[in-house]
Amino acid sequence: MNTQEINKLKLVAYKIRKDIIVEVFNAASGHPGGSLSIADILSVLYFKEMNIDPKNPQNPDRDRLVLSKGHCAPALYGALAERGYFPVEDLVTLRKTDSYLEGHPDMKGIPGVDMSSGSLGQGISAANGMALAGKIDKKDYMVYTILGDGEIEEGQVWEAAMYAAHYKLDNLVAFVDVNGLQIDGPTKEVMSAEPIDKKFEAFGFNVYIIDAHDIEQISEAVQKAKNKNGKPTAIICKSTKGKGVSFMENVGSWHGKGPNKEEADAAIAELDAKIKELEEKVNG
Amino acid sequence: MADKIATREGFGKALVEFGETNKDFVVLDADLADATKTVYFKKAFTERFFDTGIAEGNMMSVAAGLAACGKTVFASSFAMFAAGRAFEQIRNSIAYPKLNVKIAATHAGLSVGEDGATHQCLEDVGLMRTLPGMVVMTPSDAVQARWMIKAALEYQGPMYFRFARLATPVMYDDNTSFEIGKGVVLKEGTDVSIIACGLMVEKALEAAEILNQKGIYARVIDMHTIKPIDRELVLKCAKETGAIVTVEEHNIYGGLGSAVSEVVCDEYPVPVKIIGTEDKFGTSGKPAELFELYGLSAENIATKALDAIKLK
Repeated sequence: MNTQEINKLKLVAYKIRKDIIVEVFNAASGHPGGSLSIADILSVLYFKEMNIDPKNPQNPDRDRLVLSKGHCAPALYGALAERGYFPVEDLVTLRKTDSYLEGHPDMKGIPGVDMSSGSLGQGISAANGMALAGKIDKKDYMVYTILGDGEIEEGQVWEAAMYAAHYKLDNLVAFVDVNGLQIDGPTKEVMSAEPIDKKFEAFGFNVYIIDAHDIEQISEAVQKAKNKNGKPTAIICKSTKGKGVSFMENVGSWHGKGPNKEEADAAIAELDAKIKELEEKVNG
Repeated sequence: MADKIATREGFGKALVEFGETNKDFVVLDADLADATKTVYFKKAFTERFFDTGIAEGNMMSVAAGLAACGKTVFASSFAMFAAGRAFEQIRNSIAYPKLNVKIAATHAGLSVGEDGATHQCLEDVGLMRTLPGMVVMTPSDAVQARWMIKAALEYQGPMYFRFARLATPVMYDDNTSFEIGKGVVLKEGTDVSIIACGLMVEKALEAAEILNQKGIYARVIDMHTIKPIDRELVLKCAKETGAIVTVEEHNIYGGLGSAVSEVVCDEYPVPVKIIGTEDKFGTSGKPAELFELYGLSAENIATKALDAIKLK
């Protein structure tokens, strides 16, 4: 990838981050921490790697994404809005009674959402079903799913992992966002799932360990998965929870609350500066 | 009434029969294909059958993913593990997005027999009935099970089927009409209505005979669809017979009795006696003995019918 391409995707990631803050501030609730940590992954998927068309969100041949860690809906909605599935202006309605932007992804009401999710552990299984449907129908679409490192404590994730390898679902890519924090504290204190890479490897996955905030590494790992060698792929992403907003970075309490006005302003100022810097780079 | 065939058998055979013409549906099972009878489909259409191993939660969410890609999916296991273990997967992955998944639960109720309490699911109808948009049905014989599968293939949306392990008499002939949500009047009567489902329909007919000998004329209804309940028929029974007895192989809370009572209380209150397991777990034993032990007998139904009539 050239620098220009990388910067463009970085720029999108920072726009998604700003969207996240706008969303959770207006909702006065929601999950900024884990949303901020997956912004780069979503940028690479929705703006480079996925075969999708916002004008035809139900195209049966499209690539699909299941946000298994559904509480990070603000990040997904930011990515979908930036990509043109619905107006960016609608993001301020997140979690409001009269809004279609549900607190967790709703496939029936939100353009671009491929699967309803939010109850942890179920998304990767649904992604299995989609990948299997692709195999049955001899279609060559890819199915992506994003899991949290807390989420993988759910037993169903490992039922799903067994299944994906057993049915040779090499059209399935599972990202694990390893930000090291869950609601009750650091994952290593609450319930360690380490070694995560070895577990997925033992279950029969191709495993790549990457920096979740390195555009090139994300893209390269996806490219490798697209080679389809008969095995599903797990991309273990070392991330910073709250990435991009300095006072939210690695602070567990930002898992599930909205910022107040002062905090939101500070976060947006910081993200705007980054966006401006990247825009200058992109536009020369 | 000669042949005895389990409703699970009717289900399994129907999958194969309709699988010939309808190439679009797939079948999932969680290592119980021999018991649930999806094994027939597995043998006939290997490429459309997917075992998930002993992992019911994953199976339900896989079913959701398949359905999200346009497949009609039958997901089968024992009622205990389908409705019980995987309840939340069914709720959030299947019912909430209204996906076209047909949950085929076998080995429901006391008639599982010797396996005992852990495998005798007496709560599934209640669990499934509370899910918005979920259709809940239980056939009273293998013929009706076949009709249900035919109807299921013509219906878009989540459905729950409750099939039994035990071989029971065939009551219907192949040409009788069948409609989702329309109960069947098996016997006319004016003094009391016995509304039953599943294997209890046969008991209800026996009870009506006992009552008949006492000069009491009981109407017998096969309420194969518990949700949406046949509101019109329930009200007709309330108005015309003035007393109702419900019979089901399920806890008295949450099942057919509750569904009938909800309608009656809402629009035309009459006495309703609910017969089922009385907030108890099952136990090991022969099905016939368990039915007696838990009050699911023709004699008890007749007694309760007389009680209901007294309350008029």
